[in-house]
Order: sequence, then structure tokens, then C-alpha cells
Amino acid sequence: MSKLHVTTTINGEPTEFLCDARETMLDVLRDRLGLTGTKEGCGSGDCGACSITVDGRLVCACLMFGAEAEGSQIGTIEGLAEGEKLHPLQKRFIELAALQCGICTPGFLVAAKALLDRNKNPTETEVRYWLAGNLCRCTGYDKIIRAVMDVAAELRGATR
Amino acid sequence: MADIRYSAPSTIDEAVRLFAASGGAKILAGGTDLLVQMRSGAVSPGHIIDVKRIAEMTSIAEQNGSFRIGAAASAAVIGEHAALRKVWPGVVEAINLIGSKQVQGRASAGGNLCNASPAADSVPAMVAAGATVTLQGPGGRRELPVEQLASGPGRTTLAPGEIAVAITLPARPKGSGDAYLRLIPRTEMDIAVVGCGVSLTIANGACTTARVSLGAVAPTVLLVDGAAKALIGSKLDEAALEAAAAACRAVCKPIDDKRGTIAYRTKIAGVLLKRATAIAAERARSH
Ligand SMILES: Cc1cc2nc3c(=O)[nH]c(=O)nc-3n(C[C@H](O)[C@H](O)[C@H](O)COP(=O)(O)OP(=O)(O)OC[C@H]3O[C@@H](n4cnc5c(N)ncnc54)[C@H](O)[C@@H]3O)c2cc1C
Ligand code: FES
Ligand code: FES
Repeated sequence: MSKLHVTTTINGEPTEFLCDARETMLDVLRDRLGLTGTKEGCGSGDCGACSITVDGRLVCACLMFGAEAEGSQIGTIEGLAEGEKLHPLQKRFIELAALQCGICTPGFLVAAKALLDRNKNPTETEVRYWLAGNLCRCTGYDKIIRAVMDVAAELRGATR
Repeated sequence: MADIRYSAPSTIDEAVRLFAASGGAKILAGGTDLLVQMRSGAVSPGHIIDVKRIAEMTSIAEQNGSFRIGAAASAAVIGEHAALRKVWPGVVEAINLIGSKQVQGRASAGGNLCNASPAADSVPAMVAAGATVTLQGPGGRRELPVEQLASGPGRTTLAPGEIAVAITLPARPKGSGDAYLRLIPRTEMDIAVVGCGVSLTIANGACTTARVSLGAVAPTVLLVDGAAKALIGSKLDEAALEAAAAACRAVCKPIDDKRGTIAYRTKIAGVLLKRATAIAAERARSH
């Protein structure tokens, strides 16, 4: 079977890969590019563990074909930290214990960042609705919501 | 595993040509139904035709008060269109009820319609709005009222090789409003037990036009003429609302499942009609 050649940009890095037409972006990231920060929970769009951004839009990598990445800007969890310097969301998740087993965490972080990139001053209700597509079996969500609200306040302070 | 092709044409003509040429091909819009169905083995297309590179199919255009929504425009793009949200808040809300933020980054109204689920959230709102869908196939273009696209769960009246290009919402007079409500056991991320769309116009305190639609209570989304008739000419008083609710209950032919019994779904259809009408009327009065 002949493979498709895809040219894309991942976390700002020009990237090329070969994939089959049926392969999802999640499979490409994890199995072809070694970017295993993006997790697979359900493979059917329900859990959000595979959250990435495509041209700034939050999407489930499990519901996208790798071939669709042609010419687009992909953002994954690996692009959040700057080298060793954690993103404020990552720092606060650790400080507030907004994770336990951690499998949902990359998805929550990518989704929360997509929210804060659009809305620096979300209400708690807005945060809860925005993150409704991310499931967590461990934390009970509350610490995650607190962490996101805290970081939003912190980022507002910093840009003031 | 069988060989499978992927194409991303940049024109509708090219998409139709590819679609008509290969048996077993599937159109890919947002993929939020298609990839789930492929993963479960429910469908296994030999050729995937991605229509998101076609500008006409992913953009929204306003023309003399009517809106033309590309069939593959994502829910996120639709939700950000301020002018559309102002004129058709019910349609936009319905589209934005689909799944999570992640799903909304991709899910389209055309995909919601062509997937032909009786519980598709955007469809009752579009039916109530009097929307039409533009189809293009090997035989050319045609226009169809949205309620005529589905013929049963997962089945459509699309001819072989035909693609939904755009959905058109008509221009509307002053004093118009629309609303869509669904009942789900959770507050987010669930399938409608019942959905109800209402669109109406009020002049001098009386309802002059109305369209009512119900989802998830029959094999396809229903246009409920009887309910519209009960509303038109009335002042949307309790008697008219009860008559419209009764008309809604009368057309329900729902399934009995874990989400709701036949009796429950039927009762809720009338309740949602009253609530959606109240919201649509409130919007009509403030326009
Ligand atoms: C987690 C999750 C939650 C969901 N929640 C909801 C919900 O709350 N409410 C709801 O209604 N739905 C929901 N859905 C279902 C789905 O997201 C919607 O039906 C969505 O609108 C489908 O649009 P799409 O663009 O992704 O379609 P696709 O998956 O791309 O296509 C769907 C079907 O239509 C065909 N098709 C698509 N576009 C065209 C076209 N232009 N011409 C001809 N055929 C076409 C495809 O071949 C396919 O058979 C959910 C799905 C997921 C995964
Ligand atoms: S793995 Fe994609 S949403 Fe669960
Ligand atoms: S921390 Fe375990 S699922 Fe969220």
C-alpha cells in the first residue's frame, strides 16, 4: 500500500511524515513521530486525552486523519513548556495536585491553554463547560478547575 | 486490510467527480461521526474525500439577509459568526450543543445532517428555520428542504455521487426569533432524548408565522405542521401553547430505550415545545 507524504508544522517545527490513509493523527503522533505526550483514552472523541490544536482550534487527534495535517499548524502537549521551563498551567497543576495518575493531564493542559489563549477572564462556569470534553477518573475535577482559574488570574496580572 | 485512498480536492466539481467515480467512497467533513464509525467497523470506505479544502464548503456568507453556511464549516466557526448568531440564535445554539469544544472544532452542520441520526441536534433547529440544503451531484445542483434529506436512521435521499454543499437560512422579517432545546440526562456531551426547534414571527402581539420541529421522537426529524398551525394567529396564550404541545405529542413515534420510555419522550416533546416557544417569542419581541 502506497503511503501518503504529509508536510506539516508541529509545535513550530516543520515536520514531514508518511502515513496510511486510515491512520489517525493520534497514531501518527504517537507511533510515527514518537510524540507520546498525547494520550489515547477512548479513540472515539469522548475523553479528550488526545486533545491537540490544529491551526489554533482544539480538536481530538483520534478523530482526525494524519493526512489532514497537510499544511497545517499542529500544537501538542510537547509544545507547552519552553525547554525546561514549564508553562504556568503545568506548574500550577503540580502545585495544586490537579493530577493523580496523569493520563488525562496532557489533554486537560492543551484544552485549558486553548481556552486561556482566547479568553483571559473565564468564569468558573465557562471553564467547566470548556473542559466538559475532558474526562478524569481520579481528581474529581475540582482541583483542575481551581488550577485553571488561578493561572487565568496569574496571566491577567502579568499582562496588566 | 483493504487499500484505502484519501483525497482532498479544492473544488466541488472535483469532489463530485471523485465521489461519483468510486463506489464505496465517503465524504469527510469534520469526521466526528465518520472516524467513530470506521473505528467500530460500521463503515469501511475505500476512498475518503475530504471536503474541508473547498472554500465554498467551509465559509459562511450573508446575502440580503439570508445566510449560506458551507456544509463543512465547523461548529466553532459558526459559533463565532456574530451576525449569524444575532439573526438565528437557535440554530447557532443547536450546532454548538454538538459534543465538546474538541468536537466543535471539527463537527459540521452538513455532517450532522448527512449522518441522518434522528437525534442530530442541529437538524430540528434548521428545519424550524426553514433551511434548505444545496446538493451537487453528477447531474448538477438541486435545492432541498432540510427535512427531506434524511429518510430513516442513517439513511438519506442523497443520489449516488451527491454532496451537500451548503445550507441556506432564509432572510426573515422583523419581530422573528428562534430557539432549540434538547433534554439530556447530563448538562453536556450526551444524546438528545427529545429535541425541539421553534422559529416564529410576531407582529402586533400575534404570531404570524411559525415552524416547529422535533428530534429523537421518530425515525427522522419531524416538521410538525399541526403545532405551527396552533401557534399561528394566536397571542401565544396558554390555550394555543397547549394545542401546539398536543400536536407535538400526537406525532411522536419514539423508541423505548435506556434514555427514555415512549411515554416519557412523548410527554417531554410537549414540554419542550412550550419552553422553546417562550424563548423564541422573547427573542422575537426584542428584535
Ligand atoms: C464525543 C462526541 C459527542 C457528540 N455529541 C453530539 C451531540 O451532542 N449532538 C449531535 O447531534 N451529534 C453529536 N455527535 C455526533 C457528530 O459530532 C455530529 O453528528 C457532527 O455534526 C457530524 O459532523 P462531521 O462534520 O464531523 O461529520 P462527518 O463525520 O465528517 O460525516 C458524517 C456523515 O455524513 C457524511 N457527510 C458529511 N458531510 C457531507 C457532505 N457535505 N455531503 C454528503 N455527505 C456528507 C459523511 O460521509 C458521513 O457519513 C457527537 C460525536 C462525538 C464524537
Ligand atoms: S482518545 Fe480521543 S477523545 Fe478519547
Ligand atoms: S489524573 Fe487520572 S484520569 Fe485524571
